[in-house]
Amino acid sequence: MIEIKDIYKTFGENEVLKGISAEFKPGKNNLIIGGSGSGKTTLLKCIVGLHEPTKGQVFFDGENFTDMNFEQRVPVRKHIGMLFQNSALFDSMTVEQNIIFPLNLFTDMSKSEKLDRANFCLKRVNLEGKNKLFPAELSGGMKKRVGIARAISMEPKYLFVDEPNSGLDPQTSLVIDDLINEITQEYNTTTIIVTHDMNSVMGIGDHIIFLYQGKKWWEGSNKEIAHTENKELNDFVFASKFTQAAREKL
Amino acid sequence: MFYHFGRYLLLIRLSFKRPENFKVYWDEVMREMVSIGIGSLGIISIISVFIGAVATIQTAFQLVSDFIPKSIVGGITRDSTILEFSPTISALVLAGRVGSSIASEIGTMRVTEQIDALEIMGVNAPGYLIAPKVISGLTMIPLLNIISIGLGLIGGYIACAASGDVSTADYIRGLTDGFNPLIIQVTIVKSIFFGFIITSICAYQGFYTSGGALEVGQSATKGVVYSCIMILFADLIISRVML
Repeated sequence: MIEIKDIYKTFGENEVLKGISAEFKPGKNNLIIGGSGSGKTTLLKCIVGLHEPTKGQVFFDGENFTDMNFEQRVPVRKHIGMLFQNSALFDSMTVEQNIIFPLNLFTDMSKSEKLDRANFCLKRVNLEGKNKLFPAELSGGMKKRVGIARAISMEPKYLFVDEPNSGLDPQTSLVIDDLINEITQEYNTTTIIVTHDMNSVMGIGDHIIFLYQGKKWWEGSNKEIAHTENKELNDFVFASKFTQAAREKL
Repeated sequence: MFYHFGRYLLLIRLSFKRPENFKVYWDEVMREMVSIGIGSLGIISIISVFIGAVATIQTAFQLVSDFIPKSIVGGITRDSTILEFSPTISALVLAGRVGSSIASEIGTMRVTEQIDALEIMGVNAPGYLIAPKVISGLTMIPLLNIISIGLGLIGGYIACAASGDVSTADYIRGLTDGFNPLIIQVTIVKSIFFGFIITSICAYQGFYTSGGALEVGQSATKGVVYSCIMILFADLIISRVML
């Protein structure tokens, strides 16, 4: 489980996060949603330690991650998998090398064991046989799937996903959402997804946090979101006529 | 300026922390050595031959007195090539070729979140990205300098043979007369310092890139410009201290 307590983050004069607290449970898809500039990616980066919160604390299974130095964080980081918005695959490495990279650094596995693990991860994301391709040779959806394969190569306890559907067509987005959902159930990971994709919200949103102007404005599940009276959330989620019509039928 | 200098020193210190896995880092050092050493061999060879040839022709043009033996042209070409032309001009060219490549590679990794991905995995990103490049610069740039000296002197020989201003026998006699081994020490020390300056400054510029493609280009430009200035400054200091 991941717990955040009273997180503040300031860049210069700009206070982006204003006292956010929440609990993210394992085996569930925890979604952080909000408009552009609401602070959702900043919150994710504060949780994983890419940004240091100005104030507040982050706990991974009870361990205070915020107070740890770089070396102390390494054992926790070995349990973290992350899928970035642009996949962040290493350009100079093949698909296989990308997946094996964390295994090379942090495990004593033999070469054949590492290759087996890479093949297993690729099979899991339906990319068998793509081992020797470079990231430049992959489509956007394939890059995301390789990013997921790399994220699960170390069998993570915590999975972080930043805008998994950005730049993807609706069909591929559903494939990625299903994959994340399956992995969350399979590995019982604590999964935190930053998104503004309403298909993801309605499809896999077990636990949703809505950020508005740097504050936690609403918290609930995808079942509750359709019936909320929260004006800002309704304006965000049901912004189009299509979603408004869909809501009326729910 | 002090802010950047302090941040640069901290980054270099971070780069040389104990690696997570020596084998992975060693592979990276080998890859960088090939990239910097073999990759730069062509351009260094071409400029060295031309520099040696031009140095010989211009020296011969200036020494027209009958009281000066022709062999002195070989001696002057040798000393100027070993002390200045090969280490400094090679370093300035390498700042453009190797330095811009380092800054843009690391800068691109920064803006495409590849460095964030390394940090999330628990990898010491400066150690993995910068240390192998600095180690390769410290070893390959002196080697390139030695090759450059050899080719520069061959270029001088070719110029003598082609122009006839100085006989090749005089030129070779000049190369061997009055040789002071100290100049070899000076040129090696210079190239080691230049190797460190090029790789570390350009890596620093790349590592702290923020923004997009435009900023990556700006980082590469800054890396090359600052490296060139520091190369010339270090050249002056080392020459003053060692000669």
